[in-house]
Amino acid sequence: MQDILSIVKDAELTFNQRFIAMAKAAEDVIDPIQLSEDARYFVNQKVVYDMDEGKAPYRPRYVIPDYDKFMKHGSPFLMLEPPKDIWEAISNLMILYHHVPGSGGLPVYIGHLDRLLAPYDQDEEETYRAVAMLLKHVDRTMSDAFIHCDIGPYDTRVGRIILDLSAKMQRPVPNMSLIYNEHTSDDFALKAIEAGLVCSKPSFVNDAMYMKDWGSRYAVASCYNVLPIGGGGYTLGRLNLMELGKLAETKEVLMGDLLHRAVMAQCEQMDKRIQFIVDDCRYFENSFLHDEGLIEKDKFVGMVGIVGLAECVNTVLADRKREERFGSSEIANQLAEDIINKIHDMVTEYKPKHGSFYLHGQVGIAEDIGLTPATRIPVGEEPELPIHLAVTARLQKHFATGNGDLYPFDATAKKNPQAVLDIIKGAFKINMRYISFYSSDSDVIRVTGYLVKLSDIEKLESGRAVLNNSTVVGSGAKKGLKSLDRKVQGFKYA
Amino acid sequence: MLKAPIIKIIPFSYVDGPGNRSAIFFQGCQFCCKYCHNPETINFCIDCGHCISICPVKALEVIDGKVIWKHELCCGCDACIKICTYNSSPKIRYMTSNEIVESITAPLPFIQGITASGGECTLHHHFIAELFDKIHDMGKTTFVDSNGQTDFRQIPHLIDATDKVMLDIKSVDEQEHRMLTGQSCKVVMENLHYLLSIHKLFEIRTVIVPDLLDNYRTVDTVSKIISAWPEVRYKLIKFRTWGVKGEFLNARVPDDRLMEELENLVRHNGVLNVVTV
Repeated sequence: MQDILSIVKDAELTFNQRFIAMAKAAEDVIDPIQLSEDARYFVNQKVVYDMDEGKAPYRPRYVIPDYDKFMKHGSPFLMLEPPKDIWEAISNLMILYHHVPGSGGLPVYIGHLDRLLAPYDQDEEETYRAVAMLLKHVDRTMSDAFIHCDIGPYDTRVGRIILDLSAKMQRPVPNMSLIYNEHTSDDFALKAIEAGLVCSKPSFVNDAMYMKDWGSRYAVASCYNVLPIGGGGYTLGRLNLMELGKLAETKEVLMGDLLHRAVMAQCEQMDKRIQFIVDDCRYFENSFLHDEGLIEKDKFVGMVGIVGLAECVNTVLADRKREERFGSSEIANQLAEDIINKIHDMVTEYKPKHGSFYLHGQVGIAEDIGLTPATRIPVGEEPELPIHLAVTARLQKHFATGNGDLYPFDATAKKNPQAVLDIIKGAFKINMRYISFYSSDSDVIRVTGYLVKLSDIEKLESGRAVLNNSTVVGSGAKKGLKSLDRKVQGFKYA
Repeated sequence: MLKAPIIKIIPFSYVDGPGNRSAIFFQGCQFCCKYCHNPETINFCIDCGHCISICPVKALEVIDGKVIWKHELCCGCDACIKICTYNSSPKIRYMTSNEIVESITAPLPFIQGITASGGECTLHHHFIAELFDKIHDMGKTTFVDSNGQTDFRQIPHLIDATDKVMLDIKSVDEQEHRMLTGQSCKVVMENLHYLLSIHKLFEIRTVIVPDLLDNYRTVDTVSKIISAWPEVRYKLIKFRTWGVKGEFLNARVPDDRLMEELENLVRHNGVLNVVTV
């Protein structure tokens, strides 16, 4: 009950932020999901974690509606006809957004915006006004940087308008990804990079990699969560390899039975949570999204999040010198790859009651301290950028539901966006899945996976309420994960 | 195989030509510019040994009267460079072109090419021609960053192996050029015209120093010359005190207004491709 009182009295939160926190607190009063003894052991050891999604999950964590279908057919439930012009198109979208469930009650995906709007782009000036209205609506009413839209791979006028507006508006919402492939012109990619260096979005998606996993019908949502369109992610579990490394102490113990037990425990927790959503709460039976074919049950998957690979490897190898640690040592990097390969095999073999499970590089939560997100090299231990990129790409291979890293560039890159494009092209050639970048002098910057406005964090830290939910999360990540201290890449000597 | 004195290799550089490039810095320069921001690249070490005791990780020692740098021990603090009074550095490695190629294996997938810089890299023209041929074989481009003091007409083997040159024009006034660099600007200007005529010029660079140089005259003259070649970029560089040991250490850093005025002058003279850094 103390929690409830502290939420109600938290003056740093707006009414809506308290409202969401209250709903969450209510959900957590009950605890209907029973885990096996072994799974409970790993939960207690902080190895297996349900991401605090709520103890009684009654909806999938990530819902990716088929917005293309919605634009084509409208929605009988919402009494919407297919749009006839750009204004109806954005109006229909804004209406649907309010009916898409997601973490914190807000959608994590608002569509492939240039693809959705290009058919209605008749007049440049009118389209500009309409897209501006849409982006403003999303930012002001659904203020959460886990809200994500996609653009590309083709160069369209709407795509360019979205980039122009993003650079101009300087807002963290929505998060944005550019699907990049051989059809993306250098000119469009450079425009996206120029925007990225002033507002930290879009990130670049290696379409070739994700095509192999999902075909063309996938979306990037939330931080960089890749999920099937017309489906989504039921739940995101999180396997904390740092804590597992501490339990194991040695490589032999880890790679013996312990890793297998932990992965099975994580899978069991997710499996049971998904059964609760589907079988007990019967989510799909009372959703018009499902009835109208905007989502389908067999397009939902479970995501096994990975964090703390770096700490795990360094702990079990007990190496203290920098050159022997993860990121810089081939022995450590090879062990990291072996761990991920093993986890991938186990997760692929596991057969949950609903859907399948895939790996995801989890970006961390605000409370994490000394825990490196996903499979990344820790802040402060980054090798030179070419090596950093190669190690990162190597460890992203199995992460079909998304993995990414971020690279702050110093301001000289703004004068030479081609250099950033060269780096992205090279990284994608060596099978990097996803690249985020920003300029170290920007106000809107990326914290592990989502965007925050530095000036808002300062406001929050001085005790004032701010519009954006993720500012609260970002403020925590700044302190615990040192995430604003990522090595800046650029001009050192000339 | 030829060897050349290398002071530094930067795997990724965004300021040494188009796109992302590895930059190779060669030791030695004919000029001694009063605003040089890496003066340690000017002279060769005279083994005076002043830097030995300053090294915090004991990466320097004297063997048979020669200062020896142990690359593997170096922590990169540059204390030796800061203490050197001879505009040099003990941290020079004599490398073969194969060793340089080897050292850029990691950056290779991410770069458009390499840029030879310095110091004055053209002092090592035979070596660079050999290196550039190998870089071309790997499908990458080759750029030279030069002070223009070596007559490019006399080194056709380097010109043949080079895609484009980035040329410094520090001043168009003979007296001012001598005051600033210690040398004449005659060959530099001849190189400007020669490189333009063979379409090998990528950009001109001029460092802007308020009060001490006639920036207007140099920028005006150069931009008028290159305006007939629209592919050539003019890069105006703000003087910064970082790294400077010479007389200009206390010179004023130009404000944005001056840079903007000069940029407008360049555009007015018909050069559309102008950038200020």
